[in-house]
Amino acid sequence: MESLIQNILNALQWGSFYSLIALGYTLVYGVLLLINFAHGDIVMVGAYIAFFVSSLLLGHYHSIPIALSGGMALVLTIPLTMILTSIVGVSLERIAYRPLRRKGAHRLYVVITALMCGLVLENGNLALLGASRKKFPEMVDKVIYTFGTVSVTNLKIAVILTAFLVFFLLQFIVTKTKIGMAMRAISYDKFAVPLMGIPIDSVIVFTFILGSSMAGLAGVLFALSYPILDPYMGLTIGWKAFIAAVVGGIGDIRGAFAGGFILGFLEIMVVAFFPSTYRDLFSFSILLFILTLRPTGLFGVPKTTKI
Amino acid sequence: MTVLKIDGLTQYFSGLCALSDFNIKLKAGELVGLIGPNGAGKTTVFNLVSGFYQPTKGDIFFLDQPIDGLKPHQVTSRGVARTFQNIRLWNEMTVLENIMLAQHASLGYGIRDLFFRTGRYQRREQKIRNLAMELLEIFKLTELAEEKPKNLSYGLQRKVEIARALSSRPQLLLLDEPAAGLPSQDVVELIELIHWIHREFKIAIWMIEHQMKVVMSLCSRITVIDFGVVIAEGTPEEIQHHPGVIKAYLGDDQL
Amino acid sequence: MIKQKLTVPITLLALLMTVMLLAQYEVIDLYIQTIILFVGINIIISSSLNLVNGHMGEFSCGHAGFIAVGAYVSSVLSVALFAQDRIFGAPLLPPQYAFIGFPLVLLAGGIAAAFAGLLVALPSFKTRGDYLAIITIAANYIIITLIINIDKIGGARGFMGMKRVIFAMEDVAEIPWMILWVFIFTVLSIIAIRRFVSSTYGKGIIAIQQDEVAAEIMSVNTNKMKLIAFMLSSGLAGIAGGLYAHVIGYVNPKSFDILKSTEALVMVYLGGMGSITGSILSAILFTLLLELLRPLQIIKWVAIPLLLIILMQFRPEGIMGNRELADIFPRLKKFYRFK
Repeated sequence: MESLIQNILNALQWGSFYSLIALGYTLVYGVLLLINFAHGDIVMVGAYIAFFVSSLLLGHYHSIPIALSGGMALVLTIPLTMILTSIVGVSLERIAYRPLRRKGAHRLYVVITALMCGLVLENGNLALLGASRKKFPEMVDKVIYTFGTVSVTNLKIAVILTAFLVFFLLQFIVTKTKIGMAMRAISYDKFAVPLMGIPIDSVIVFTFILGSSMAGLAGVLFALSYPILDPYMGLTIGWKAFIAAVVGGIGDIRGAFAGGFILGFLEIMVVAFFPSTYRDLFSFSILLFILTLRPTGLFGVPKTTKI
Repeated sequence: MTVLKIDGLTQYFSGLCALSDFNIKLKAGELVGLIGPNGAGKTTVFNLVSGFYQPTKGDIFFLDQPIDGLKPHQVTSRGVARTFQNIRLWNEMTVLENIMLAQHASLGYGIRDLFFRTGRYQRREQKIRNLAMELLEIFKLTELAEEKPKNLSYGLQRKVEIARALSSRPQLLLLDEPAAGLPSQDVVELIELIHWIHREFKIAIWMIEHQMKVVMSLCSRITVIDFGVVIAEGTPEEIQHHPGVIKAYLGDDQL
Repeated sequence: MIKQKLTVPITLLALLMTVMLLAQYEVIDLYIQTIILFVGINIIISSSLNLVNGHMGEFSCGHAGFIAVGAYVSSVLSVALFAQDRIFGAPLLPPQYAFIGFPLVLLAGGIAAAFAGLLVALPSFKTRGDYLAIITIAANYIIITLIINIDKIGGARGFMGMKRVIFAMEDVAEIPWMILWVFIFTVLSIIAIRRFVSSTYGKGIIAIQQDEVAAEIMSVNTNKMKLIAFMLSSGLAGIAGGLYAHVIGYVNPKSFDILKSTEALVMVYLGGMGSITGSILSAILFTLLLELLRPLQIIKWVAIPLLLIILMQFRPEGIMGNRELADIFPRLKKFYRFK
């Protein structure tokens, strides 16, 4: 019984990461109908940015005379990482996606561009920083709370809380604010929106800022939880989070949120009962199965083409 | 002989009733019209007959065989052909290829034949090609065989689309707003074309159309629907003076 | 007339002879030979994916999964049948017959891969576009994980022994066998694809790409055609996988992951969706580019995606667009009786 609770807690934490990343995917897809395949790699970039920022703040670079305590550094690292990661995300949008959008290029070409941008980020990192993995500095003391045989660290709780907070924040923005409405409007009719006086480019930039900063946040949290960084860390988790978003119903924030946790649960439960090499096998198979039953995802709205 | 029989056809799209208790009988060789205001459910009827939707309730019989539940390509193979409101030609293929492809279900050779380029493959491909060229000749489109539809005028594209639909020699032709988007001179030609097809091919034609000139001059019988319900049925003269129809419409071409 | 129609077969034969002689007498060393072999294999990979992603206009992202199936099935079969090895023991058939068995084993790999393609394509019917991407990516992962979990054939450690099969063939005749096989199967694959898409039957998939609703209403059984195209595509990928496995002599599930699938995607979009000539050209270009950039190992995989990004910006239709060589040089049409 207690190991079940332990597993549930682990699943919640693991699922939180998928959710955070899936939320980023779904934001951009919901607005632009673009699968930003580079998103997972932006998470990786976020993790690396966090690494450098925190190392700097902690005084690891002796040429720069700062030395903050772990807690202070963390408080600064998170927003700095989010801002810097948004810059990366927005740059991608300006340099690679917007010109194609202007030209009215076929969606496929943008998707391929996104895929390639991801590769550039991964391998660019590899080229610039080398193959040796980076270890993320310890910033906050781990506090373990135990209830019987169930233990959970403060970090795990923080991750889960963050995922829920981000979800509610995004849900609020998208449903209750004007810019959220603009975002939704663009997904329905890209051409009518500018005619209504809504600056489409600004809204899209805002979407990318939101999505990329969430990716940055996910990156920081992931780096704190699993301190070994490597350039390809965004690849698998990115693809999986994307599939999770689709299973949940891509384009819908609740779908992405649910999908991330479903995947998290699936993976933890599979590993609890089967050898870990079966993890991907089962989780993907089950996800595919869900998709077969509900092709547009759990929360997705079936799109009909007019014949 | 009854070519098409529809009984109690009702269609719901998640709570929205698009069609309610639609009935009709088409006899061989009839030219019947289906009219109604926008959104009345006309294309839904066609989509149901074609097999794009499963009916919520009701039966569709083609040549006394039930066809509701069949996939569109199966319905077409049985002898129902169709055109669309927006011309759906394959724009990157030639006109000839467009016509040849319409015979996809009756090619008569298999995968092995096509990989080994057997005698059967060569003969059948030649036969399909000949049939397509014949059709183009009948329609006086021979010079356009190697053209791509995107380079043709809208009127010619419409003609090609109708020719393509007829290449499988169907017994029922569904025309969905064939005059849509045509300049008035082309509309006159279209009316003559449909007249001619009706006589030449001796097939039943069921036509959705907004332009009254077309409907009134071609159809022997017209069904009017509005909000998914049949509100009138009869000859063109009867429909022209039907008060319910006039009320529902109020706004299209001069009757 | 007949002389013109035979030009292509004769040229191909001459090419084969030349390369084999050059290899036989070691005018070109093993390194160059391997590059030539990879060109052939990549041609098959690129043109087979082009069937689904180009001609049919879908977005399949997991091609490497099918390559893996073919690689493993044919490797296990050929080693078990024709070679002595630790896992399977003595060869089940006399090694002298390896040169007869090899093409059959390759075909077996292709059939297995085609079957895998069938399994992947079936759930995709209710979906299209973005969703096929997911299904194929997931399938890629599933196939890799399945292989990793089959310990008998090496699991994550990989499987080897294929070189012994080649040695067995060389015992019969001292010729560069792999050059022969890669050449034959590359040519056969291209012919198969060409014949498929130039027949009215095969054009059904092009009709699906241009307007699926129209295709369905014009009596094309779209579901069946998608299945067939998918199976042909994955089957050929399986053959490429079998060839790849025997050229390298060692297979490892990691070599067939999403990165390999991405290589295949790059080749297709570089060459031009729906152009067989394009796939051939881009495969050659891509293979050579990879080799040229080998000294700059690390930036290789920065340069290639960048190339594609720039391509998407300025010439998204790729090198050939959707045209074939004969569309650009119409006089070439005299030399073969296609389109």
